Amino acid sequence: MSLRSKDLVSIKDLSVEETELILETAAGFKDVLGRDIKKVPALRGKTTVNLFYEPSTRTRTSFEVAAKRLSTDVINIATSTSSVVKGETLLDTAKTVLALGADIVVIRHSSSGTAHFLSNNIKASVVNAGDGTNEHPTQALLDLFTIKEKLGSIKGLEVAIVGDILHSRVAKSNIYALTKLGAKVRLIGPPTLVPDCMKELGASIYTDMNAGLEGVDVIMMLRIQLERQGKGFFPSTHEYFRNWGLTAARVSKADPNAIIMHPGPMNRGIEIASEVADSSRAVILDQVTNGIAVRMAVLYLVSGVKA
Amino acid sequence: MSKELLDKKDIERAVTRMAHEIIEKNKGIDSICLVGIQRGGVHIANRLQAKLKEIEGSDLPVGTLDISLYRDDLNVRKEQPLVRRTVVPFEIADKKIVLVDDVLFTGRSIRAALDAIMDLGRPAAIQLAVLVDRGHRELPIKADFVGKNIPTSMNENVTVELTEDSTDDRVVLE
Repeated sequence: MSLRSKDLVSIKDLSVEETELILETAAGFKDVLGRDIKKVPALRGKTTVNLFYEPSTRTRTSFEVAAKRLSTDVINIATSTSSVVKGETLLDTAKTVLALGADIVVIRHSSSGTAHFLSNNIKASVVNAGDGTNEHPTQALLDLFTIKEKLGSIKGLEVAIVGDILHSRVAKSNIYALTKLGAKVRLIGPPTLVPDCMKELGASIYTDMNAGLEGVDVIMMLRIQLERQGKGFFPSTHEYFRNWGLTAARVSKADPNAIIMHPGPMNRGIEIASEVADSSRAVILDQVTNGIAVRMAVLYLVSGVKA
Repeated sequence: MSKELLDKKDIERAVTRMAHEIIEKNKGIDSICLVGIQRGGVHIANRLQAKLKEIEGSDLPVGTLDISLYRDDLNVRKEQPLVRRTVVPFEIADKKIVLVDDVLFTGRSIRAALDAIMDLGRPAAIQLAVLVDRGHRELPIKADFVGKNIPTSMNENVTVELTEDSTDDRVVLE
């Protein structure tokens, strides 16, 4: 069993078997992270390039740690300090990176479809670290891994995703991933951020927090992107918190064993109350650790597929 | 054409003798741990543990070791090997490790296993136990405990089939 593609561009492209292969492989890598020597020689001699056209600390760092734990060399290119500001095109930058000897390119870009474009045009493996409002596949995979680790399996679970679904690539990848593995997804938020047409993705839609959280097994919070403020999506962060912020009282509507997730970085007091974020039900730091294991699995598996 | 080389009884006798040899060589089983290589070696390690308990009366710790990330052919294989779990829930520093595999062939798996173990800690010693030694070594590696030496040709395959309840155990040459 192996992946069919040299790239990981979207969750949509993955079969159920491929998704499960990644999660099982990640379990093996999580073992590695628990040791004194947290490094294996699997990808010795390979080079990973992190090509980030958008600011990112946690995803970039997570990919960097994952690549180093696999013994690849890592080169970080932040485009704000590169030739991109001199007007170089994406493809030219990528070809330059390949000429430097890259085997894997991890790309984040503010335009949807960038990873797909790159994967069709270069020989190296391309891993999507977030493209516009489209997908963020490794985030969804690490969320699946964390849910499986905490609750045993995905099938049959009720999962609520709360917040700015419209602009969220994390939400989209998670909707595809969760429904693929047999979970039921509810989307909760103001109608401006959770438009009715999102039903077509196979999820049900709620505008009321208490109704939406009733009996769910997983509460997945999204970051309210503060740059959306003042654009008419919601009146104020204060009012947003009053209607859609996750408080202890609202958590009590969910299943007593429900877990609380957040992809980070959190806005305490806007989408999530501090006492909830710090409660024992929150698995937010587990998500960070699992992110490394899952990204190791992805880098390991894509580099085994010959172009 | 497949040929049965060892049946259930033969395997049990081989495991029994190996258990006695492990005790003899180490003058008892103090500070010994068993580590089975995924997947075939794990079954044999469990059998050895049961046998050693029968003889000496105490439970030895058993771990499982995945060597796929340490293989020397990752760059040339068509597919990445499946990564399985490495579970060694005990301190191996200053312990004597008996590394267990089902078939010893080129010795390359054992080389990988030695590297994998060294990344877990610094054992006092590592000894090697295999159910079948089929020859054709490509590295200077030798087993300390061998269930059965079976001369083979390069194009043959040796398969060890062990079941959970050991009713259909056998070793087959194809």
